[in-house]
Amino acid sequence: MSDPEVRAESAPAVAPATARARAKDKSPWNWLLFVPIVIPLLTPLFNHDSPRLFGFPTFYWLQLLFIALGVSTTTVVYQMTKKRG
Amino acid sequence: MGDHVTEIVIFTLLFLLVSGMGFVAARWRAPNDMAHLDEWGLGGRSFGGWITWFLVGGDLYTAYTFVAVPALLFGAGAAGFFAVPYTIIIYPLVFLVLVRLWSVSHRHGFVTPADFVRSRFQSPTLALLIAITGIVATMPYIALQLVGIEAVLKTMGVTGDSALARHLPIIIAFAILAAYTYQSGLRAPALIAFVKDTLIYIVILVAIIYLPYKLGGWGKIFDAADAKFDASPNPNDGILLNAGNQWQYITLALGSALALFLYPHSLTGVLASRSRDVIKRNMSALPAYSLLLGLIALLGFMAIAAGVTPLPGAKEGSVDSNTVVPLLFDQQFPSWFTGIAFAAIGIGALVPAAIMSIAAANLFTRNIYKEYLKRDATPAQEANVSKITSLVVKVGAVACIVFLDPQFSIDLQLIGGVIILQTLPAVALGIYTRWFHRGGLIAGWAAGMLLGFWMLWQIPNAATGRAHFGGSAFALDKFGFTDSKTTVYVGLVAVAVNLLVAALVTLALRAGKVPDGGDDTQPDDYFADEGDARASVPAQPTSTDPDLDPAPSPKTA
Repeated sequence: MSDPEVRAESAPAVAPATARARAKDKSPWNWLLFVPIVIPLLTPLFNHDSPRLFGFPTFYWLQLLFIALGVSTTTVVYQMTKKRG
Repeated sequence: MGDHVTEIVIFTLLFLLVSGMGFVAARWRAPNDMAHLDEWGLGGRSFGGWITWFLVGGDLYTAYTFVAVPALLFGAGAAGFFAVPYTIIIYPLVFLVLVRLWSVSHRHGFVTPADFVRSRFQSPTLALLIAITGIVATMPYIALQLVGIEAVLKTMGVTGDSALARHLPIIIAFAILAAYTYQSGLRAPALIAFVKDTLIYIVILVAIIYLPYKLGGWGKIFDAADAKFDASPNPNDGILLNAGNQWQYITLALGSALALFLYPHSLTGVLASRSRDVIKRNMSALPAYSLLLGLIALLGFMAIAAGVTPLPGAKEGSVDSNTVVPLLFDQQFPSWFTGIAFAAIGIGALVPAAIMSIAAANLFTRNIYKEYLKRDATPAQEANVSKITSLVVKVGAVACIVFLDPQFSIDLQLIGGVIILQTLPAVALGIYTRWFHRGGLIAGWAAGMLLGFWMLWQIPNAATGRAHFGGSAFALDKFGFTDSKTTVYVGLVAVAVNLLVAALVTLALRAGKVPDGGDDTQPDDYFADEGDARASVPAQPTSTDPDLDPAPSPKTA
């Protein structure tokens, strides 16, 4: 949103007002998305055999569980940032 | 071959069914005018939640993935499980980045990532580099889909002795695929994806319930794998990671996720969706495929527990580990169900192959043909060129498999992942910032490419006795860290250097007052949604002064 007055002349926007009103990409909720990006990369968290769950070593069941972490985070961020009304 | 008749019949019937669907797809959600690249190449940019889910899922989780990832676990253990974190972290990344790219593409009518770079940096040269990188990275990926089908055909015994007899089924399959992609464009894989994924979900649900029951439970399966890796002389295998390959695991998962969403075919699937909402909702729904992939990966351990021995490879004395999953199915399932499972893998190869060839064709049309060969091409001409190019791309992929050692395609795909990552600064960061100088981006790209190739060249493979291109795990001691056994993923190192060079050259060019291009996009474009009008600025202005694009020589980088 730095210098709209300069660019507005060279490229007349058709509906900038509506697009700007929707500009919720700036929402702080987006930072939450870094949780499922960082956690699955921390190998010391899950590089263990025990405790096992249904015969699965920790390494396997915990990483499969991170899928649920990813789903819930993207769902929360989507719900909190979508346009209302 | 006699005992495979049931499998072959079921495989063939299902294959014919989806081929029919591929041709009918041209009339599915048919537009008034199919002779437009938006229609042929992006399905009219109109797909809703369900279609996008099946299309992108079918696009990202390819047949090769389903065959090669369990093969990795079979051979090396835990290191192969990187596919799970890889496919978890990709969705938040897409949520953050590709939604903005969708918006700006919607406003400006972009079809390819290179279209975006062309407008953002007003640099046809940079766009050309991005387009060529995309095409080169995608081609071997298509060829690998054939490797997936071949693993299945081999197991069914449909392989002759001569080169032609061995490859005839694949040539026929790809000829049919090429014909219906030509006719129906992106609508064909979108429709077929429904069948493919339904079959795969059924097969895997049955496999993860039935096979552990037959093999004595999950605990037994992991113990069998553990015992196998304990007995092997390789220090880097095992059901857990060790000091040597933990960094490789982390960097490979992150690097692969970054690479996957830079591949042109991922963008094709995303741009075909109707609105920002459709994409965002899909980022919560698509991880269902990651769960599927994680379970499929464990089939590799089941194959160990079941005592599967892979079929011999193309060369004397080698084994084709890609056959372990087909062999496991063949050994454990009744033959009618094996037929369904094989069809799922075979059809699973067709969906991504079609989307990838469309993506490569669009790159050629938009960023080479229209840019350099025919500036005033009409939308109908664009669609036509793309259709023909998609045929050429598929012929090229088949030729790769028939005339070259399949290992060559696997090497190329390895390189492909590394080189597509080099488009990250221009495409992914370009979505957020226009800070980089276009000359800096070109220099960074060149530096990343050179370093990536050099590192891959240095990597031997002890198992196959090859001195070069033996994998993507680079031992840090080659950089002089002699006391370290740590390995890292080549792509991530190369892209880090790429970024550094891009930043330094940008500062240098700014200091030297070298003219930079402008920017045809506006900040608001990155939030545009369904219903917002297209920008009145043409996506590819024809009046760019070539003098304004002084590409510095990348050689010095």
